Amino acid sequence: MTIDHRTLLASRRGVLAGSAAGVAVHSASPAFAASSSQKADADPTAKVSLKVNGTDHALDVDTRTTLLDLLREHLKLAGTKKGCDHGQCGACTVMVNGERINSCLSFAVMHEGDEVTTIEGLGTPDDLHPLQDAFIEHDGYQCGYCTPGQICSAVAMLQEIRSGIPSHVQDDITEDPSVTELEMRERMSGNICRCGAYSNIAEALAEFAGETA
Amino acid sequence: MKFDTPAGTNPIDQGKVVGRPTPRIDGKFKTTGTAPYAYERHDVAPNQAYGYILGASIAKGTITSIDTAEAEAANGVIGIVSTLDHKPVPLGPMNTANLFGGGEVQHYHQAIAMVVAESFEQARAAAHLIRVDYARGEGSFDLKRAAPSAEPVEDSEKRQGDFEAAFGNAPVTLDATYTTPDESHAMMEPFATIAAWEGDKLTVWTSNQMIQWNKRDLAKALDMPIEKVRVDSPYIGGGFGAKLFLRADAVVAALGAKQVGRPVKLSMQRPLTFNNSTHRAATIQRIRFGAGEDGKLTAIAHESTSGNLPGGGPESAINQTELLYAGENRLTAMRLAILNLPEGNAMRAPGEASGLMALEIAMDEMAEKLGMDPVAFRKANDTQVDPMNPERPFSKRKMIECLDRGAREFGWERRNPQPGRNREGRWLVGHGMAVGFRNNLLMKSGARVRLSGDGIVTVETDMTDIGTGTYTILAQTAAEMMGLPIERIRVELGDSDYPISAGSGGQWGANNSTSGVYAACVKLREQVAQSLGFNSDEVEFADGQVRAGERSFPLGHAAAENDLTAEDSIEYGNLDKQFQQSTFAGHFVELAVDAYTGEAHLRRMLAVCEAGRILNPISARSQVIGAMTMGAGAALMEHLVVDKRFGFFVNHDLAGYEVPVHADIPHQEVIFLEETDPVSSPMKAKGVGELGLCGVSAAIANALYNATGARVRDYPITLDKYLDRLPAVA
Repeated sequence: MTIDHRTLLASRRGVLAGSAAGVAVHSASPAFAASSSQKADADPTAKVSLKVNGTDHALDVDTRTTLLDLLREHLKLAGTKKGCDHGQCGACTVMVNGERINSCLSFAVMHEGDEVTTIEGLGTPDDLHPLQDAFIEHDGYQCGYCTPGQICSAVAMLQEIRSGIPSHVQDDITEDPSVTELEMRERMSGNICRCGAYSNIAEALAEFAGETA
Repeated sequence: MKFDTPAGTNPIDQGKVVGRPTPRIDGKFKTTGTAPYAYERHDVAPNQAYGYILGASIAKGTITSIDTAEAEAANGVIGIVSTLDHKPVPLGPMNTANLFGGGEVQHYHQAIAMVVAESFEQARAAAHLIRVDYARGEGSFDLKRAAPSAEPVEDSEKRQGDFEAAFGNAPVTLDATYTTPDESHAMMEPFATIAAWEGDKLTVWTSNQMIQWNKRDLAKALDMPIEKVRVDSPYIGGGFGAKLFLRADAVVAALGAKQVGRPVKLSMQRPLTFNNSTHRAATIQRIRFGAGEDGKLTAIAHESTSGNLPGGGPESAINQTELLYAGENRLTAMRLAILNLPEGNAMRAPGEASGLMALEIAMDEMAEKLGMDPVAFRKANDTQVDPMNPERPFSKRKMIECLDRGAREFGWERRNPQPGRNREGRWLVGHGMAVGFRNNLLMKSGARVRLSGDGIVTVETDMTDIGTGTYTILAQTAAEMMGLPIERIRVELGDSDYPISAGSGGQWGANNSTSGVYAACVKLREQVAQSLGFNSDEVEFADGQVRAGERSFPLGHAAAENDLTAEDSIEYGNLDKQFQQSTFAGHFVELAVDAYTGEAHLRRMLAVCEAGRILNPISARSQVIGAMTMGAGAALMEHLVVDKRFGFFVNHDLAGYEVPVHADIPHQEVIFLEETDPVSSPMKAKGVGELGLCGVSAAIANALYNATGARVRDYPITLDKYLDRLPAVA
């Protein structure tokens, strides 16, 4: 949150300039204050057309809206989770044109014409994707909040290995990587599971990767 | 149902459903993203507005003014809730730090305002336009500096025999000090609430482990009758203790919704969660052991110092030391310093997690001094009775069995006891172990069960599932009791309109909440028998049928005309006073340290656990591996770093606060000893969710010592603390 750091800097300057105790600290930053002169204007919006799980959508969104919030708040596809909103946890992982991204780090308006696949596009409670099935079988989750991101990430991750994208755990990066537990664990490390289901997720991935090899 | 004598044979012992590995019944929702978490309840209240919290940017002091004019004029803003417009909300018994209201700032990132706007983006932008002036106060932020002036915690000092004399006379002694850092729960789902008013009635859809506490404390905070508050929390994206208590999100969402006359949805932004809420407080622990040459402990002292806000409690890191090992002369005590950091409070296995991090390194050090194997040393100091109260036995204590089984399965005898001597190419390989210990807690827990004519049984309770597997074990319990397959059970959780349960915390959830369902099902069985004209003593419930003698009916027939509904609670007598009820584990770890860089990699982890009946081996195992993972984090990386000048946790996001990721965690093994504990409850189960965390960090620390010969007593064990002590490379 930007204001914290700015505020902190402002506070530190205040403290360093004055005494440590009892000094009055003014915490709003000039940068933000400047923007208030435009408050009468409408917030900028833009049109974006994209395909989500095979369905076309055309929306007029605030340009500050992330792909994550477009999915969760505008399309009410809440399967994609907001864990940190800073690209640090992986809970918001979706596939865009087949590649995994942190949807919180991407503005919605950057996705004109894109094809987005979310957890809802992989399977449903009555028609599970094989990896969703493997997660259930191996108990690859507990609270469930990171789970959609883990599953979306894993589907794309296996494709990355098969496409020959290297990682730093390969013995020889000039060779094609192979689908090993070590490779998968390395490549899944952007998806945090605080419940600590990693060992079970690894088993679910091994089964799924074996089936789809 | 009052449980005051040990359980005899009961329907749970059939083990047709309970105790069988059962995939979670909520799994198809969680894996498809269709399980609704708090912030996602678009359906429950129309016209939801978005809230965004502003946190205080000083640690201690007062707010002299808040200028909201620009923010209020910003696009989309509906209203601003300012702390200066409210008195400090009254706190329930579980909270220490002010949640909202008033001009006093007690800790960094205390909630001081919330913007309510038409969109999330507008609320966030407007929050940045609020101008706050503070008068900063002096604070105390450094535990090490504050420790000498820490006050003894009232009644915390416990003595047995004459520790000082025994320690002075012991031929072999250890006197060492260990430190554990502040840690954060860092659950994946941030604090989140949707609040909506209908007249004077408030509903919050929130993420909370203890529904009744939350309802009670929210009513108190808002000064309204408790019956006017409803709390609903069917899915919780992790809590680990952070969501035990009412937090600021629910308070300000409720205040905001009232102020603007619309439902307000609010998710606390991740960077606020670390300083705004609670954390596991850092400790400084001094441990002294005296032992004879025979390896028997004669003197045990464990003293712990932690800090908290005024009125807060200590991190009770000495808990396990009162009970874990024999020894005639004992001293345990705590001291508490005043710190103006955020509130220290319960995080998974409060007390034991930190205490065993120190105690079980000390045991490793003492074993080495005695020239004993660490497993043998612990076995030599087992006790089957409460050491401070020898006429009080453990209801069941299988520590030795856990250690023996673990040592066998792990291949402990192949360990090289000489540290730093086990080299495999570039790797220094080490093996370590520790005991896990955590008490079994008994809490009243209620449930309602309803049988409908189609033979479906619905369980309703305000119990929560925080990833623990509650949905499934309650379904298993009802299925076993009513003689149904699990597919015929529905489970509804987390709604304060349902009977009050034990809730989720302190590893008490599973045993107590299933016992509550057991009690309700006993009543329902009586109603079924009566409805079918059976003498209830002779009735058998099996295969969807109700049988007595030659007569048999499908279960649903009993409810053909009207649903049958039964409600009861499990309540406990004093069996937990007569018997010490605890759970035990043996943790075994293999790790490898890069001889050149010092980087540590976990290779193998094994836990052998005794926790009474294991209700669902799948989810119980997951609880244990998850706890082992959290223990790996505590051992090797987790550390809220204090800015000691300005008084806040610096690394307050998920990039700065490092938790284990996939690459850190190897395959983990868990073995449950096949046991039941009839003293605990009719389910004969005990808690397991925290046991898996207790001791594992020390096992890792001990393995790292075995690998490198570098003893680190200051968690987390990052390579900067031992790099200069690694064995010579060549």
